[in-house]
Amino acid sequence: MLLNTISNALSTLSEPWWKIFYDFSSLTQAIDEGLRSSLSPFWAVTIEMLIIGVVFLLFYALIGLFLVIAERKVCAFIQNRLGPNRIGPYGLFQTIADLVKLLFKELIPIKNADGFLFNLAPYIVIIVNFMVLAALPYGKGLHAIDFNIGIFYVIAVSSMSVIGVLLAGWSSNSKYSLIGAMRSGAQIVSYELSIGLAIITVVVLAGSMQLSEIVEAQRTGWFIFKGHVPAFLAFIIYIIAGTAETNRGPFDMAEAESELTAGYHTEYSGIKFAFFYLAEYINMFIVAAVAATLFLGGWMPFHVGNWEGFNRIMDFIPPFFWFFGKTFFVIYLIMLFKWTFPRLRIDQLLTLEWKYLLPINLVNVLIMAFLVLMGWHF
Amino acid sequence: MNSIIQYFKEIIQGVGSLLKGMRVTNRYFFSPGKIVTQKYPNNRKDLVMFERFKGEVVMPHNESNEHKCTGCGICEINCPNGTIEVISKTIITEDGKKKRVIDKHIYRLGMCTFCALCVKTCPSNALAFSQEFEHAVFNRALLIKTLNKPGSQLMKGVE
Amino acid sequence: MEEIIKEVVIDEQEEYTINMGPQHPSTHGVLRLVVSLKGEIVKNIEPHIGYIHRGIEKMCESITYPQIIHLTDRMDYLSAAINNEAVCLAVEKALEVEIPDRIKIIRTIISELTRIQSHQLFWASYGMDMGGQTCFFYGLRDREKVLDIFEETTGGRMIVSYNCPGGLMYDIHPNFQKRVKEFIKYFRGVLWEYDAILSGNVIFRERTIGIGRLKLEDAISYGITGPSGRASGFSCDIRKQEPYSAYDRVKFNEVLYTEGDTYHRYLARIEEMRESMNIIDQLIDNIPEGPYFVKMKPVIKLPEGEYFQRVETARGELDVFIKSDGNKNPYRVKFRSPNFVNLGVLNHISKDFKIADLIAIAGSLDFVIPDIDR
Ligand code: SF4
Ligand code: SF4
Repeated sequence: MLLNTISNALSTLSEPWWKIFYDFSSLTQAIDEGLRSSLSPFWAVTIEMLIIGVVFLLFYALIGLFLVIAERKVCAFIQNRLGPNRIGPYGLFQTIADLVKLLFKELIPIKNADGFLFNLAPYIVIIVNFMVLAALPYGKGLHAIDFNIGIFYVIAVSSMSVIGVLLAGWSSNSKYSLIGAMRSGAQIVSYELSIGLAIITVVVLAGSMQLSEIVEAQRTGWFIFKGHVPAFLAFIIYIIAGTAETNRGPFDMAEAESELTAGYHTEYSGIKFAFFYLAEYINMFIVAAVAATLFLGGWMPFHVGNWEGFNRIMDFIPPFFWFFGKTFFVIYLIMLFKWTFPRLRIDQLLTLEWKYLLPINLVNVLIMAFLVLMGWHF
Repeated sequence: MNSIIQYFKEIIQGVGSLLKGMRVTNRYFFSPGKIVTQKYPNNRKDLVMFERFKGEVVMPHNESNEHKCTGCGICEINCPNGTIEVISKTIITEDGKKKRVIDKHIYRLGMCTFCALCVKTCPSNALAFSQEFEHAVFNRALLIKTLNKPGSQLMKGVE
Repeated sequence: MEEIIKEVVIDEQEEYTINMGPQHPSTHGVLRLVVSLKGEIVKNIEPHIGYIHRGIEKMCESITYPQIIHLTDRMDYLSAAINNEAVCLAVEKALEVEIPDRIKIIRTIISELTRIQSHQLFWASYGMDMGGQTCFFYGLRDREKVLDIFEETTGGRMIVSYNCPGGLMYDIHPNFQKRVKEFIKYFRGVLWEYDAILSGNVIFRERTIGIGRLKLEDAISYGITGPSGRASGFSCDIRKQEPYSAYDRVKFNEVLYTEGDTYHRYLARIEEMRESMNIIDQLIDNIPEGPYFVKMKPVIKLPEGEYFQRVETARGELDVFIKSDGNKNPYRVKFRSPNFVNLGVLNHISKDFKIADLIAIAGSLDFVIPDIDR
């Protein structure tokens, strides 16, 4: 029955199938109408939720696996290596093989560990990821929930993943894990500020917290160009703080390999370790996606003011691909950071935040507010 | 005032140094021609080792299954860790003389430290290094090798 | 009295110890450091050594002089050729053999190449310790070129066993000079990347400048030699002080700094690579023709007495002391290995720094664990 409604919905689409990449709303509406016409509203909503849940699960796994192999390939090319090249063409299925291996691995019980918290930690990290993923606009009409305080929700929820990290470090009964978790706590709490302020800069410019409206406001030009220097500064600060928030190099003190072996997930094995590992990559995706949405126009194609012809050519590339293209560009930047820079020390990390990023950011917000007040942006 | 200038100078210099590093890595990312690693087991066929590479000690034999080892045992004395064991036997040659020849020249690859003293000190140049380097086996006994081939003989003219 | 005991107990509770090693990614081998921490501050370090003690000095007493060479390879395996040279020089000194120029010059070139590849590996692994994994691969990529030169000429990559009492095991390969020149040209061209990625990087500088400062007096009293000592201003380059092989005929600068911090210990090694290339430049075209080996007696017996030789390995001063009773085996051999001595200063200079600094400091002293344990 479910399949029937979906296929019906698909067949009612008047345009060829690839057109949906330009606008997903017709597809989602068709499904919605199909379900509602044959079911009571309660069941219709339940089934819709289920569909979305399954889609996100798949999306999560795919993006996670893809990012892992992408990272390994990127770092390999940076380091003059070939990278994984055994399984599948160019080693593309390497991560799937790794996943299978991790699934089969023994979950080692830790002596004197707090069993409940130890097992809970990876799930907290993963659930937080899901909650954020749901609120991102992936393309025109491809947006699970469009809160009117969307961006606020994203910051609020994403900062909760530190709880998982702290739990993992605390419950592992290992000194390395504990140090890693404590570092991670200090780091995320302070960099949350920078992320927030950088985002506020954009919110001031956009005049809205709703992600769909922020994207819509960039129809005539991306914020990074529209907002002059302050927006550019905010972008850089956001990327730096975002990298720090995801615990990635050069800010990976929490799992500083050469100091703390593996930091907070030292004691984890098998699939629980894989959860942390995946979560790190999804976090990176989230940071990059938010950066793309706020500064690089989200799914909005590259438009320049009122150059009609140019804008129309750009419109030929579907918004869906624009979004992922931009996101992957930002991800590449973040990867480049990781594979170029040495790691900071924990006190330098905090110095960077409190002495450099935060004051600059505050001034930046002020300038941006002034610009917007005077109407000096494009 | 000075400290403020200093503050911004630090930032700009810092960012500049970071960008410098990123330029290097970014350039390598976009030049796949500079990749230096090889796909090892796939390129076995055209993998050429240097001729002096010390893979393992061998005793070269010619086409008629002759080697140059006289069984003098100098290599055994010179080997620092007892890798080599020369077992000789006495045979009677056609003209009725007694002669010592090798029965077995035993070489324990697992103990060899590739110091090359045996190859260098052998008075009749009977030993050499081969370029074989894939030594992994499943049974340790396979690492004990007999260097003279079965039925081989001392080369004519070597004393 | 009771109060004092109480205080001690409280103090003990505030400090906690973690075990770094024997299996820890940044000890580069099986070194175990028991680190007392107060929060993240290092309070005390107790190195536990001996995990790969093989008794090389004792083993030497039961083997002949040519056989000792291959054991010295396995002490500081990154300065293998230089270690070989130390024993060879001591034996040659004892026998009073005159070594022709050709051998001296080739030995010097090989030693300097060894130094370069050792410092390249230092750069690579130091970058890794500091969290920049890419350095590791760039460093190894360049080191590979030196190892290829070694492989072509000596047949070994790390464990070269190239020197022997009286000369060299083999003559240089016909390609040797060409390849060395190619390498020098190539390496001069990529050395700026080392600076761009690490030495100039603001994060790296912040993490290393002023960290683990070793004063000149302390360097001398602890006997810290090699680039680590020279970074503190301790002029201890044996190549200058007691030139051996062909070092008396080349011009080069002894890299000296006065700061003595982690950054300058690092920088000293980078600069030494440049100096080594200068040395090779001066020698590579001037290798005279001649034999590569002085004929020695088949069984080498040192006359009774004590013999001593100092050489400068990539990590500092290696001293060889041989006492002979006239037999073909030495009566006693003692190696003064630079790493063992340098390890002694670790606690002194990394107290009151953070645990991340400990990694930086230990990395900058550039330990090779088999050389500590012997
Ligand atoms: S291999 Fe050479 S040294 Fe060894 S026993 Fe034979 S002839 Fe003598
Ligand atoms: S290479 Fe050295 S260790 Fe190996 S067999 Fe020859 S003498 Fe013995």
